[in-house]
Amino acid sequence: MRTFDYTRADNVDAVLRVNPSPETKFVAGGTTLIDLMKLNVETPSRLVDINPLPLTNIEKTSDGALRIGAMVRNSDLAHDAQVQQQYAVLSQALLSGASPQLRNMATTGGNLLQRTRCYYFRDTAYPCNKRKPGSGCPAIGGFNRIHAILGGSEDCIATNPSDMAVAMMALEATVHIRGATGERSVPLIEFYFVPGSTPNRETVVGPGDLITYVTLPPLPNGARSYYLKRRDRSSYEFALASAAVVAVVQGGRMQHVRVAMGGVGTKPWRSKEAEQALEGRQASDANFRAAADAALRDAKPQRYNGFKVELAKRTLTRALQTLTQNA
Amino acid sequence: MSSKKAELPPPAPAAEDNEEINKENKKSGGITRRSFLERLGAAGVVVSASPLVHATQTTEEKTDPAAVGVPGAVPIVLKVNGEEHRLKLESRVTLLDALRENLQMFGTKKGCDHGQCGACTVHVNGRRLNSCLTFAIMHQGDEITTIEGLAKNGQLHPMQAAFLEHDGFQCGYCTSGQIMSAAALLHEPCGKDDDSVRECMSGNICRCGAYVNIVAAVQSVRRAT
Repeated sequence: MRTFDYTRADNVDAVLRVNPSPETKFVAGGTTLIDLMKLNVETPSRLVDINPLPLTNIEKTSDGALRIGAMVRNSDLAHDAQVQQQYAVLSQALLSGASPQLRNMATTGGNLLQRTRCYYFRDTAYPCNKRKPGSGCPAIGGFNRIHAILGGSEDCIATNPSDMAVAMMALEATVHIRGATGERSVPLIEFYFVPGSTPNRETVVGPGDLITYVTLPPLPNGARSYYLKRRDRSSYEFALASAAVVAVVQGGRMQHVRVAMGGVGTKPWRSKEAEQALEGRQASDANFRAAADAALRDAKPQRYNGFKVELAKRTLTRALQTLTQNA
Repeated sequence: MSSKKAELPPPAPAAEDNEEINKENKKSGGITRRSFLERLGAAGVVVSASPLVHATQTTEEKTDPAAVGVPGAVPIVLKVNGEEHRLKLESRVTLLDALRENLQMFGTKKGCDHGQCGACTVHVNGRRLNSCLTFAIMHQGDEITTIEGLAKNGQLHPMQAAFLEHDGFQCGYCTSGQIMSAAALLHEPCGKDDDSVRECMSGNICRCGAYVNIVAAVQSVRRAT
């Protein structure tokens, strides 16, 4: 691991006074950053420890939204009573991820920024367009079992591994950022980039930017939500395919349908195709299956991840079935 | 199931109490193999003095073998099991390495060094985390608890006793992480049934497969408290 200068920031202003540089990283839980620093994939020359920042509250705002501090630990967010009652999909998604130890360390902001688990990205012996644009993508044509079937390009097919982000996508979260140029709020659906020809650019967050809060708008009365994750092991593993679903079911019909998928996209994958196939329709297996087909219509399987197409469809179908049972 | 509190076994006699070893030590200037190895700091700096040269082992050197001078090392204070330790460490030294290499507290194990196995589980301010994925310098002012600090006043922690009683280990390498995880689990929300315990303990991998007995041990403590 490269040596680095270490400082600790007690408040947000101190963080914003740090000279923005791609060589400077903020460290919170460290569960992605320190892992990648050990692999020399991340090589900051300076670390600013943001753990003391007072961004640890989960509170209702005056317009009924839930405001989550960027430094709230994943375990605290998952077990928060408001989250469990009103945004169950978020709690389920968080608890399906990582391990209890990692959830105690990981933060809201950090989880949004976690990086791909692509084996080639994580091994500096291989070329990688995400690490070094233009050097090539060994996953395309290589062993790509865990890679994306949606949102890939000729330059990169690395999957985004976050569960929390998928749930937040279905909950239409907004990310609040403070940087050198001031404050801005970015809807989560605009927060992530697909790789295209610049796989090194993953999110709107740039050097010197600090995520401060994530807000979740209130859901309509009677809304239900659910997260289903499928993977090789039953715990402590990333998704092969997952689905976050939200809906109000009245008289057997679905309204306010929101669908997002994980394990299959180069970013947390909101599927408006599936939503349009379900909005106002009967909650029936046939309609669920049609929505799943719509969601995966543009899927581009690779040599070793073709199974994900059917797996993702069944995962979404099953999630919708569970969501709407006893409706 | 008996609930007797197991006591710590009596400490093995110190090397210095052994006449044979003492004779050898007097020849080599009071240095044992262990005391020589204790001088190797986490950054891999080896004391250049010949082991046959007589050297006094001061208390300061004993707790800070990296004091020989690692470029870029900064002074930090870590509070482990209630005791403060002054160290000089590079910022890139993980809490795991600081505990093992600089503080000679070998109870915490390095299994994968990447947060994927849980062998390095310790408590920081009462919460379990993977010490391999955090830097020692980030934890000044924190209360760090390791497996060495679970027992109190010569009495094993109930979880330690339960692991003994239920034979919750084979090779023992994952065991300190399992016990630290389980002890913290007692203060976390977790369903009552065995499946919930499996899920709440899923961050600790056991290659020997002692899982059945580990779950039994954990549940025995949860039911008793």
